[in-house]
Amino acid sequence: MSDAAYNLKTDRTILNFGPQHPATHGTLRLVLELDGEVVVSAEPHIGYLHSGFEKLGEYKTYNQWVTLSDRMNYLSPLCNNIGFAQAVEKLIGMEIPERAKYVRVILAEMSRIADHMVWLGTHALDIGAFTAFLYGFQARELLYVIFEHTTGARLTTSYTRVGGLFRDVPHDFKEMTYNFLNYFPGVLKELHGLLTRNRIWVDRTRNIGYLSREDAIELGVTGPTLRGSGVEYDVRRNFPYLIYDRLDFDVPVCDDGDVYSRYLVRMEEVAQSMKIIKQCIDDLPDGPVSFFDQKFALPEKEKVYDTIEGLIHHFKNIMPGHGFEVPKADIYDATEAPNGELGFYLVGDGSHKAYRLRVRPPSFVNFSCFPHISKGAMVSDVVAILGSLNVIAGELDR
Amino acid sequence: MIKVKKLTAPDLNWSEKAYLPNIFKGMGITLRHMPKKKFTVQYPEEKWVPRPGYRGAHRLNKDEQGRIKCVACEMCSAACPSNCIHIIGGVSPWDDREKYPVVFEIDMLRCIYCGMCEEACPREAIELTQIYDFAAYSREELVWDKEKLLAQFEVTKNNDYYETHTPKVVKATAVNPND
Ligand code: SF4
Ligand code: SF4
Repeated sequence: MSDAAYNLKTDRTILNFGPQHPATHGTLRLVLELDGEVVVSAEPHIGYLHSGFEKLGEYKTYNQWVTLSDRMNYLSPLCNNIGFAQAVEKLIGMEIPERAKYVRVILAEMSRIADHMVWLGTHALDIGAFTAFLYGFQARELLYVIFEHTTGARLTTSYTRVGGLFRDVPHDFKEMTYNFLNYFPGVLKELHGLLTRNRIWVDRTRNIGYLSREDAIELGVTGPTLRGSGVEYDVRRNFPYLIYDRLDFDVPVCDDGDVYSRYLVRMEEVAQSMKIIKQCIDDLPDGPVSFFDQKFALPEKEKVYDTIEGLIHHFKNIMPGHGFEVPKADIYDATEAPNGELGFYLVGDGSHKAYRLRVRPPSFVNFSCFPHISKGAMVSDVVAILGSLNVIAGELDR
Repeated sequence: MIKVKKLTAPDLNWSEKAYLPNIFKGMGITLRHMPKKKFTVQYPEEKWVPRPGYRGAHRLNKDEQGRIKCVACEMCSAACPSNCIHIIGGVSPWDDREKYPVVFEIDMLRCIYCGMCEEACPREAIELTQIYDFAAYSREELVWDKEKLLAQFEVTKNNDYYETHTPKVVKATAVNPND
C-alpha cells in the first residue's frame, strides 16, 4: 500500500450493539465508538428490562416478594430466593432448621452449576464453539429436572419462605442428586476436552479484556470476575453463612485477569460445587424444613385442618395487615450468587412489608467494568468480553 | 476448611498449537455422543409428564358428595402475589357450611403459578395440577371460572391427565443421564 493510503483520515464510527443482538443475552445495549476495528470507547445503556422489582418490594409482603426474586437472575433463581429469605431472617433474627440449611446449600450449589453451564454454553456459542453449548445444556437439564421435582417449577421456583422452605424435598432427592454427581464429572471432562487446551479457544480468550487486580477492587467487581483477577474474595469464605464454614472446598483464583482466567475460575467453581453437594447430601439431616410452630411460618396443614390454634395462626399469617411483623431496623446481607455478591438491603418499618428493598445485583456492578476492559479491544472481542462477565439483564435492570 | 486454590493457565504443547490434532480430538468427543439415545422430547407428539407437586393449572376440588369444597374464605386471593383470584361469596345452600363461592375466577394470564393459593387454603379446596399446556386463542378463554375449574378436577383427579390425553408420554422419572 502506498503511504497515502496510510495517511488517509478515517472518521470514527458509532456502532450500536444491541439491544436486540444475539450475543447480548437479554436486552442490553452498547454504544461502541470504533476507530476501524478497534474500540475507542464503549458505553453501556441499561434499563431495557427494568421491571420495578425493588419498588414492588414495598407493596408485597416478604413472602410474596420471593416470587419476584426468581425473575432477577433467571439462570439461578434459587440463589436469589435463598439470598432474599436469608436477609429477611437476619432482619428478624431467626435461625432456620438444620435440614433447611443443608437443602439450601445443595440447591444453591446446583444453581451455580446450572448457571455456569448456561454461561459456558452461550459464551462459547458467541465465540463460535457450538458443541459445548449442547453438552452444557444437557447437564443443566438434569438439574432442572431435580428443581422441577423439588420446587414444582423449572424456573419460577419460589422455593424459600421466611423461616425455611415451603415444602420438603421429594423422597428420591438423594438418589437424583447422586445420579447427577455420577454423571456430571464426565460432562465436565468433555467440556475441558473441547475447550481448555483448544488453540482457537485460547487464542480468542487469552490476553483479552484484561482487568487488573487493583481495578477490579476499585470497581467493586465480585464473583468469578474478581477471582479471575486474582483477588481471594468469596462471600462463602469471607463471611460464611448457612453451613459453608463446616464444609471443605476451595475458592479458585487466577491471576491473569483475562477472559480465559474467568473461564478457568468458573470451570473450577463448578467442580468445587460438586464437592460441596457431595458433602451436604452425604449427611443431610432429618427433621423439619421450616419452623412450622412459630408465628413466622404457616403451620402444617394437619394442624390447620384439625386445631383451632393452627387455623388462627394460618389466617393471621395470610390476612392482609396481619402477617408477621419485622422489627424497625435495616440490614444488609449478602450471599455468593453465581455471578458474585448478591446483597439485599432491607429497611423494615415494623409492618409486614418492607419500607425499602434494595438489591445489590452482581451483574450491575460487574457490568460497570465493561467500558474499562473493552477499551482497545477489537470489535469481535467485545462479544467475548461481554460473555465473560455473564451479565444477566433481568438482574442488571431489576 | 475453605482454602484458596491458585489456577494457572496451561501452556499449550506443539501438537495443540498445530490446531489439527485438537480438532480431531473434539470431533472424537462429538462422535462418542452420536450413538447415544436422543435426549430431547419430541413435543407435541411426546409429552413430558411432570410429577404430582408440579405447579401447573389450577383446579377446584370437590368433596365426596361432589360439592365444591371451597368455603369462600378468600385466603387464597389474599395470599396471591399477582391478585388474579376473584371471588364473590354467597350463602351456601348446604347445612354444613355458611358460605360458598358464587363466582370464582382465576385469570390464568396474570397468574404466576407460585402455589401460594394452594398453600393458603385452609380447606384443601384449590390445588395446582400437572397441566402445563392450556394455551387458547383469546384472553377471555383464559379467565377460568368456577365451572371450568371444577371440570379440571374431573380430568385430573387420578393424576393421569397426560397418560390419557396424549399418545406418547415421557415420564419425568425416566430421565437417565447415562443412556
Ligand atoms: S398460583 Fe400464585 S399467582 Fe396463581 S392464583 Fe395461586 S397464588 Fe395467585
Ligand atoms: S379456595 Fe380455599 S382459600 Fe380460596 S376461598 Fe376457597 S376455601 Fe378459601
